Amino acid sequence: MSTVTAQKPKLKTSAMIASIAGEGQRTQAAPFGHALVKLAAERPEIVGMTADLAKYTDLHIFAQAYPERFYQMGMAEQLLMGAAAGFAHEGAMPFVTTYAVFATRRAYDFMHQTIAEDDLNVKIACALPGLTTGYGPSHQAAEDLALMRAMPGMTVIDPCDALDIEQMVPAVAEHKGPVYMRLLRGQVPLVLDEYDYKFELGKAKLVRDGRDVLVISSGIMTMRALEVAKALAADRVDVGVLHVPTIKPLDTSTILREAGRSGRLVVVAENHTTIGGLGEAIGTTLLRAGVTPQFRQIALPDAFLDAGALPTLHDRYGISTEAMSTTIKGWLS
Amino acid sequence: MDTSVTAPRAKIAEHAYRIRRNALRMGEVQGQGYIAQALDIADVLATAYFHAMRYRPEDPAWEERDRFLLSNGHYAIALYAALIEAGIVPEEELETYGSDDSRLPMSGMASYTPGMEMSGGSLGQGLTIAVGRGLGLKRKGSKSFVYTLFSDGELDEGAVWEGLMSAAHHKLDNLIAIVDVNNQQADGPSSQVMAFEPLTEKMRAFGWFTQRIDGNDLDAVIAAFDAARNHPGPEPRMIIADTLMGCGVPFLEAREKNHFIRVEPNEWQLALEALDAGRKA
Repeated sequence: MSTVTAQKPKLKTSAMIASIAGEGQRTQAAPFGHALVKLAAERPEIVGMTADLAKYTDLHIFAQAYPERFYQMGMAEQLLMGAAAGFAHEGAMPFVTTYAVFATRRAYDFMHQTIAEDDLNVKIACALPGLTTGYGPSHQAAEDLALMRAMPGMTVIDPCDALDIEQMVPAVAEHKGPVYMRLLRGQVPLVLDEYDYKFELGKAKLVRDGRDVLVISSGIMTMRALEVAKALAADRVDVGVLHVPTIKPLDTSTILREAGRSGRLVVVAENHTTIGGLGEAIGTTLLRAGVTPQFRQIALPDAFLDAGALPTLHDRYGISTEAMSTTIKGWLS
Repeated sequence: MDTSVTAPRAKIAEHAYRIRRNALRMGEVQGQGYIAQALDIADVLATAYFHAMRYRPEDPAWEERDRFLLSNGHYAIALYAALIEAGIVPEEELETYGSDDSRLPMSGMASYTPGMEMSGGSLGQGLTIAVGRGLGLKRKGSKSFVYTLFSDGELDEGAVWEGLMSAAHHKLDNLIAIVDVNNQQADGPSSQVMAFEPLTEKMRAFGWFTQRIDGNDLDAVIAAFDAARNHPGPEPRMIIADTLMGCGVPFLEAREKNHFIRVEPNEWQLALEALDAGRKA
């Protein structure tokens, strides 16, 4: 057995990596945890709650700063959501954290019935959204946005980078009502500070203009789209990027304005299944308004995804920078 | 009134009778419903609302009130009967029970009804919310209690056990849970649908100050509420109430498969008469 193993070439690892940052990419550590600590100083009603994942959602930073305002609910996501609802009934603003799969799939009814139904001020921050883990299929939340979009009264946010997260935290606290926010944890890429950009809840922002292609994207796909734009500029393809961090409510007026500008291929790029996410939301928005550009979707397939290393899987499913560049060039030729 | 008056026993018994009567009158509006449960839990609700709990009928959101969370939303008919008796919901609304645009929907909804603290119906959620309420009240330094009522059928739900573990872990001595053991759920006797005994031992093993009583013995119910409130330890408090479906109306007590009963139009009057007869006895 060991001799056979020894003769094999070294396999590409699918080890868990704590960050989705590429090699050499600028990052910022734990933007969610630090932003929450800062905000909690001004807002005594904030409490932090988690289901055994404080260290893995950057909530441990809040727990260290405010141990008396941190509540460990154990590995029990239904309890986490129900207890957050009860806490909010008593006037607190719970920020609850877990992984996206466990919140959206395991505890869906609790978010729906105990939190959203009563329009409670609970902020649900979920790490490992979409395909952002090499741990394996059990932790891939490819349908989280579809599930959360469908929930009445729920605001849904998919931030791009550390700057987005840092600015998102006070904005969701300012918003009254339940919020589901995707979370990037650990060493989080810092991208948007190079652009004239500021996070505003409910607003889509044109981060970069371009004549030939408009990529409309959310989350880490905006980071990828900006890399694609740089790569394709060398081929004299001018790519614009419209970042849509708030998935619900959707900034339909900005989307219609930008998608309605003639002559551009419109590509919606999302770290999510093709079903029920940003792509379908925008497709429906355009059809309803009678705006009909050439429309394409870059998204994860409607399938159970493979186990494997993130770079491998992002290539395989077409959401890496290289795969996106190739796909878009193919559509243009 | 600033708090509910701790009424003498005879008065509490009278309230229990009137809660049963209100529930029967609501049942008649729909011709069917969770009447048997309302009758079995009336003594517990009368004790809660006329002996144990602090509240202001004219201000259901009074900050210093004790909270009552109805997890088993289908028992709403029973809680409405109690809220009417407590003066929180006007009696004339009784006739709208379960009708379109009523404030008294079939299953309890927090946003519909004054005094309804949670939206139940998706069973097994009440205790988790009660845990959060208990934590929230402690953080505020409040002396209020959180009461939550759930059914033996809800013990099938895993989230109930998440709540049981966490309440003891967080030392929620302000939490009083009542399990209605009427041994009846949708598909049949609860003990046959999913065996839950020995329940007292389980609750104690989970770290709860636990009492098991006959939930239709008013003296026992009153004593259990007193002991739960006055227990000096840091544990959350559990009252396991064994109850009789249809209690107070003998022909309904005897009816089998009575989770959701149909009562013939002529039987409502008979039920009220039977209730009155039992009261005089």
